[in-house]
Amino acid sequence: MSSRGGADREPESEEGARVIPLRPELAAAPEPAPPEPGTELERRLADVLAFLRRRITGDYEIDEFGFDQELTDSVLLPPLRPLYEKWFRVEAVGLHHVPSEGGALVVANHSGTLPLDALMTTLAVHDEHPARRHLRMLAADLVFRLPVIGPLARKAGHTLACHPDAERLLRSGELVGVWPEGYKGIGKPFRDRYKLQRFGRGGFVSAALRTGVPIIPCSIVGAEEIYPKIGDIRPLARLLGLPYFPVTPLFPLLGPLGAVPLPSKWYIEFGEPIPTSGHDPGGADDPMLVFNLTDQVRETIQQTLYRLLSQRTNVFLG
Amino acid sequence: MAPRIVLVTGVSRFLGGHLAARLAADPAIDRVLGVDTVPPPPDLARRMGRAEFVRADIRNPLIAKVVARAEVDTVVHASVTANPDGARSATKEMNVIGTMQLLAACQKSTRVRRLVVKSTAAVYGSSPRDPALFTEDMTPHELPPSGYARDAAEVEDYVRAFGRRREDVLVTTLRFADVVGPRIDTVLTRYFALPLVPTVLGHDPRVQLLHSEDALAVLERAARHDLPGVFNVAGDGVLTLSQAIRRAGRAPLPLPSAAIDPIGRLARGARLADFSPERLRLLNLGRVLDTTRLREEFGFAPRWTTRRAFDDFVTGRGLRPLVGPRRIAAVERGIRDVVARWS
Repeated sequence: MSSRGGADREPESEEGARVIPLRPELAAAPEPAPPEPGTELERRLADVLAFLRRRITGDYEIDEFGFDQELTDSVLLPPLRPLYEKWFRVEAVGLHHVPSEGGALVVANHSGTLPLDALMTTLAVHDEHPARRHLRMLAADLVFRLPVIGPLARKAGHTLACHPDAERLLRSGELVGVWPEGYKGIGKPFRDRYKLQRFGRGGFVSAALRTGVPIIPCSIVGAEEIYPKIGDIRPLARLLGLPYFPVTPLFPLLGPLGAVPLPSKWYIEFGEPIPTSGHDPGGADDPMLVFNLTDQVRETIQQTLYRLLSQRTNVFLG
Repeated sequence: MAPRIVLVTGVSRFLGGHLAARLAADPAIDRVLGVDTVPPPPDLARRMGRAEFVRADIRNPLIAKVVARAEVDTVVHASVTANPDGARSATKEMNVIGTMQLLAACQKSTRVRRLVVKSTAAVYGSSPRDPALFTEDMTPHELPPSGYARDAAEVEDYVRAFGRRREDVLVTTLRFADVVGPRIDTVLTRYFALPLVPTVLGHDPRVQLLHSEDALAVLERAARHDLPGVFNVAGDGVLTLSQAIRRAGRAPLPLPSAAIDPIGRLARGARLADFSPERLRLLNLGRVLDTTRLREEFGFAPRWTTRRAFDDFVTGRGLRPLVGPRRIAAVERGIRDVVARWS
């Protein structure tokens, strides 16, 4: 009796009792009838309008991490495509090593001052893999501290690099990307290019071991040259709360123009998966096993980098 | 063990009052005592039926007499709240000192067998270093130095200490996500009812909600059954704040975070909305709970998803959208027709 008002406000079930809106003007509007097959232009316009309507009325789904697939596919990824196809002319190889379904952990080298390598890898997996999978990246907390960038990263499906999130994503069968070198890798000086830095504490390996997913080593060549970092203004970095404030031959000398990345030619190679399901789940707590696997992944990426570099004749032409 | 004599605190508010009413409707329960400092509003009092109202301040040691004399065996502490009106210091005293007195009363009583505490997800804080979802065993990275979240964290500390002292009492702590519903009045429902909804510029947090009916059902289940432990309680799924605002047909008002404080004070003074520091953090980052334990150990699956709970709140309150979905659909059809005619 207490909840009379509540008891008759059942959430409408998929079947069963019909819901009769008492105030039709407030009930969700019926979808406009699907457009009759018209010209190509009309169809596309209808798509755009339907998209806008869904966005304006908030009628779209996001997952618990905040991943908004519709927004990612139609707004966030398209502006990256010219960069991927025309500017860096990325060649992605070995995508058959990325499983079409189920959890897997892509581990890659990090470089380039700004994490464009991560964005390009996302695009490589999405555009060139037959299953068009979304790479869910694990990012530093700085990303989620930033206004605009933080919420966009969440909407693009990325989350904080921490054990609970990594394992939750892998368990739910997502493809997860991690750049274990972190700031040490992305912010290293130009003279150290293609030298892999320490792979953190191997946290990514224990996450893979706990969830039994394969690790896919990924080697990225070309990203090192987009912003050759020749200096670091530490006081400015401290002031802005950033891990480093890069100086490149063009930045900050040319101002915003200096922030245009150099058009190096990129190769992204996905290596053979390293299975982790053979070890028992307790292996995640065995430091020796974790270190060995970490080293194995690191060595694989480093060797692939050397091979790709030896095949490359020109930084900009490939 | 089925409860026989139940004491519910905070019965003048939505959750406490309706819980008392639900329990009073069950003839298997001998007595239901509702405690609060102010009498429940008339319509709530009517619903409460045979439940007895005890006008008492739980900050006062007298509460021990009530607990002892009535031979209460189950205590539901539902009065910890982010009181939207009233001064901050009074709210804090009510929350923390009130809990201490109530726990002291429970400790003295030999009859109390079960304690249910309504807590909040605010105890997890909200920081960029937090994982996307909180499980019950996580501790906050950052808690504001004062405010509702701090109160709730202190309340939980006292409850834990009580649990250690009286191991024979089964303690259930329920961490509720923000509760919405067609009739409940909370800080959040007032917030979404604003014609222009202030947000923090450049931030769009995830919002997870709990329907008031589910909140009541969980409280009732905890009061009736032996389900000790700490449980997150929230609806499935999330909305982003911007999405929720659009679903409610409101317009967002993005403010730079520096401007939130003065405006928040103003709004608070005018009793329009509450903008405490933790509310601000929440507007920045959001907070989502993992409810696996609720489903598997507590044995409850929320019937309302976040989305449906929010939609029910919007329709139940009769929030009129600035531009209705029908109008938008009509505009869409209109544009398509015009183009079809021209091409």
